Amino acid sequence: MEKTVNQKAWFLVLPVLLLVAFSAVIPLMTVVNYSVQDTFGNNQFFWAGLEWFEEMLRSERMWDALGRQLMFSGIILAIEIPLGIFVALNMPKSGFWSSFCLVLMSLPLLIPWNVVGTIWQIFGRVDIGLLGYTLDALGINYNYTQDILAAWVTIIVMDVWHWTSLVALLAFAGLKSIPDAYYQAAKIDQASRWKVFRFIELPKMMGVLMIAILLRFMDSFMIYTEPFVVTGGGPGNATTLLSIDLVKMALGQFDLGPAAAFSIMYFLVILLISWVFYTVMTNLEKREG
Amino acid sequence: MDWMAWTWPTAIFFAVIASLLITFTVLAIKFPETPRTGILRIETTRGDRLFITLLGSAFINLAWLGIVGAQQPYALIVCLIYAAAVFRWV
Repeated sequence: MEKTVNQKAWFLVLPVLLLVAFSAVIPLMTVVNYSVQDTFGNNQFFWAGLEWFEEMLRSERMWDALGRQLMFSGIILAIEIPLGIFVALNMPKSGFWSSFCLVLMSLPLLIPWNVVGTIWQIFGRVDIGLLGYTLDALGINYNYTQDILAAWVTIIVMDVWHWTSLVALLAFAGLKSIPDAYYQAAKIDQASRWKVFRFIELPKMMGVLMIAILLRFMDSFMIYTEPFVVTGGGPGNATTLLSIDLVKMALGQFDLGPAAAFSIMYFLVILLISWVFYTVMTNLEKREG
Repeated sequence: MDWMAWTWPTAIFFAVIASLLITFTVLAIKFPETPRTGILRIETTRGDRLFITLLGSAFINLAWLGIVGAQQPYALIVCLIYAAAVFRWV
């Protein structure tokens, strides 16, 4: 038989390869180069070896930021995933109201991040913001610029407001793909609502939920704009998450070496977690057939 | 290459990774393989195992730097043992 495989099509991938090289690979290589050197500007570099990595590994500031970051991601996942599923379960399945809900749910996703930050920054203000003013009038001491708990609650509620829709939309897509026969079978068996959820809906949603968790984890782990606009990392350093700290270090203090070492470790953690998620996801799919 | 602030050690580091990638690409073309399932209970090809090795090695080096903090080259020996284990059992 004549050979019909033609590998020349791979050349069509070249433009993408170039694009990725210039937008991701080369900048990353530059960061690696910076991480082993010291600079005082003027494009002059001095060899520093692994000093910055050592300094970062021993830096309390980085571990604290990592702790806050993990706490932030953990909390928003623990709220957004169950809430998203709950919303999806209660959405109309078809007809006008279904489309209406879908459009309504997509709205927060369309708002640029710095605008979301500004909305909540104003919304929470005690003097002119609806939320801040109301809470204050109710006698609750709420001031996100001075109180750590208030600052945390604000950025978490903001993230939940902004991104729960994404989880809900994904979960809804998962629910829609379940054939009616499953529900009919459950009805014949007189399965309770909980059992329908536990043994039909949840397993069938697993794939999209994994994607939702992965997306939300990655996004929240790299979050910068929204908390920065609202709290600026304060009060003190209470809401200084990893990327805010990184920008402070790299651009505020112009410590390119330590910031580069920090970025590489940050990148490695993200790479590891994404790989774990991706592997779990693809293996789940394979097992399901 | 001044604008990227290259140094010899980083150049060698990237050259090693690039040559590994090229070697494994050539291997994959010359000797196609079927994925296998190892102790992690996930299907892996040679490329996957290389990825696991490289990523793990990065963390081994960081851990060495953080815990031992001296004689960094010895971390590479741990990495090689780790690599051998990954290619044998994962």
